[in-house]
Amino acid sequence: MSYFNAAMAARARQLVSLYPKARSALVPLCHLAQEQDGWLRPEAMEEIAELVGVTPAEVRGTASFYDMLHTEPVGRYVVSICTNIACLLDGAAELLDHASERLGVPVGGTTADGVFTLEEAECLADCDHPPCVQVNHRFVRTTTADAFDRLIDELAAGGRTEEIPPHGTLVRIRRSGGLRVPPDEIARERAQRAQGDG
Amino acid sequence: MPLTDAPRIVTARLSYPDSYTIERFLETGGYQALRKALTMTPAEVAAEVDAASLLGRGGAGFPAGRKWSMLKPDPVTYLVVNGDESEPATFKDHLLIERDPNQILEGVIISAYALQVTQAFIYVRGEFALGLERMEQAVNDAYHHGALGRNIFSSGFSLDVVVHPGAGAYICGDETALLESLEGKRGFPRIKPPYYPAVIGLYGQPTVVNNVETMANIPWIVANGGKAFAALGGGRSCGTRMFALSGHVNRPGAYEVEMVKVTFRDLIYDPQLGAGVRGGRDLLAFIPGGASSPWFGPEHLDLPLGQDEVGQAGSMLGSGSVVVMDSTTCPVRAAWRITRFFARESCGQCTPCREGSGWLERILYRIENGGGREQDLDLLLDVCDNISPGVHWPPEQTTICPLGPSIPPSIASSLGRFRDDFLVHIKDGGCPHG
Repeated sequence: MSYFNAAMAARARQLVSLYPKARSALVPLCHLAQEQDGWLRPEAMEEIAELVGVTPAEVRGTASFYDMLHTEPVGRYVVSICTNIACLLDGAAELLDHASERLGVPVGGTTADGVFTLEEAECLADCDHPPCVQVNHRFVRTTTADAFDRLIDELAAGGRTEEIPPHGTLVRIRRSGGLRVPPDEIARERAQRAQGDG
Repeated sequence: MPLTDAPRIVTARLSYPDSYTIERFLETGGYQALRKALTMTPAEVAAEVDAASLLGRGGAGFPAGRKWSMLKPDPVTYLVVNGDESEPATFKDHLLIERDPNQILEGVIISAYALQVTQAFIYVRGEFALGLERMEQAVNDAYHHGALGRNIFSSGFSLDVVVHPGAGAYICGDETALLESLEGKRGFPRIKPPYYPAVIGLYGQPTVVNNVETMANIPWIVANGGKAFAALGGGRSCGTRMFALSGHVNRPGAYEVEMVKVTFRDLIYDPQLGAGVRGGRDLLAFIPGGASSPWFGPEHLDLPLGQDEVGQAGSMLGSGSVVVMDSTTCPVRAAWRITRFFARESCGQCTPCREGSGWLERILYRIENGGGREQDLDLLLDVCDNISPGVHWPPEQTTICPLGPSIPPSIASSLGRFRDDFLVHIKDGGCPHG
């Protein structure tokens, strides 16, 4: 039983085929698994390991190095607030405290209903709009406590889904040019042709 | 362009609300430079870039033309573009990726032609979800326009480009860490030698790694000639450059200005640029080139924005980010936050960086929060000295990558300039700034 659903499995094969070496697809495949489930399940890491030819432990060891890859469940919306130097100079620590109070979770925590996870981020490179806030890695540019509360209300009520897809969905544009046929499909076609000949 | 009559080179299209679309790109001269480049020989294109004296825009400022000339001839070579912008308070690449991805891509295709590379990767920071989508769209559009793929514009040259998403790790901005990451591994910087990816890079093959803003300059250089680019700026710092201005200024933003002809004072106070310190307050200090650069004070305001000029004054232009701190800023807190950043982002391979960053962070934290001891000031410098002996500028390198030795400068700056502030924290048992 494969971990990726049919549509995701096709995209997974395409990702692997884009690189000269399969292992390069490891991180993109982790993003894909997060798109399917919101986080990196152990079964996902096992299947990614198989797809790129490493052990599941190597996938976990690599994934755990990166802040955006979650080996534990997170909320539907991951709220990241930067407190690095430029944002710190403009009230980021205070906004983070407010967010923690508003959501009722400590930094790093997820609300009981599983809707929000609050994270303290390092510089997100949007320093002319401090303090910088992202939801699922979309810049929302809500820099005051009031604006933050309105954003949370909107998201909790199911709004802004167009702009902010559920956590894990990173790139909604599908590559449509320069696609190579995945090696396993070539192998399958060859096998089918060989069978046909026989 | 404010202050001088230099043209906008990388931000020309940004005034259009639809600057990121292929339609706007083509309407405003997009892919004309590529067409021109394809009528030249690869060596001629490389010669133009060399003549431009373009210094790499990532942070180290290595001449792009020289980097290209170092690429070891081999049947398989790669071009990797570094769009993993994570240096604190640096946000120019973010803007270029989101607002003009086609321009970057055109630079990549021209560069690949000059280098005769047939596979390029654009590594975009994972946190730039919109930027990733726009870059992916630009790649799709280029394929359908005939600017990418087999036999580009019927020239016989072929190239494939893959947009690769990062996943959140500052260290991947280091070029060898970025290559490891692109190979599907942890972003661990590689042990040197080999010193240059141009000899041993991605998958062990010769590889050129260039920054996004560097790539964005290439189409203009090919269209207008390297000489025209070199005529702008001054000394070794040619052309224009984007400066990301943040902190306590009235108009934070990323501004493209002519190098050397503009000073820090212009950048911070000119009405078209930073428009002065917020609330009319006094300037306490400013960070001239990223988290690892030694801080400057009001006495440095008239320094020109040039790589050598800033280097000779004891700091660096680095990633082109300037953070302004006004008179209400607590220098201890600022140094603590920068140090905490390094402690969080240390990859953990080298002991001085892994252990030292955490020790320094904890000492600064306790000073800021009322638990400081008088001997802490010497202890800070002692730990700094263990990470980078001498604690001078440029820092002594002791670790695989420059991250570790990048930690002491902000602490040494803060302590050197504002020692009395540290002492007040320790004596009063807390931060006087509230």
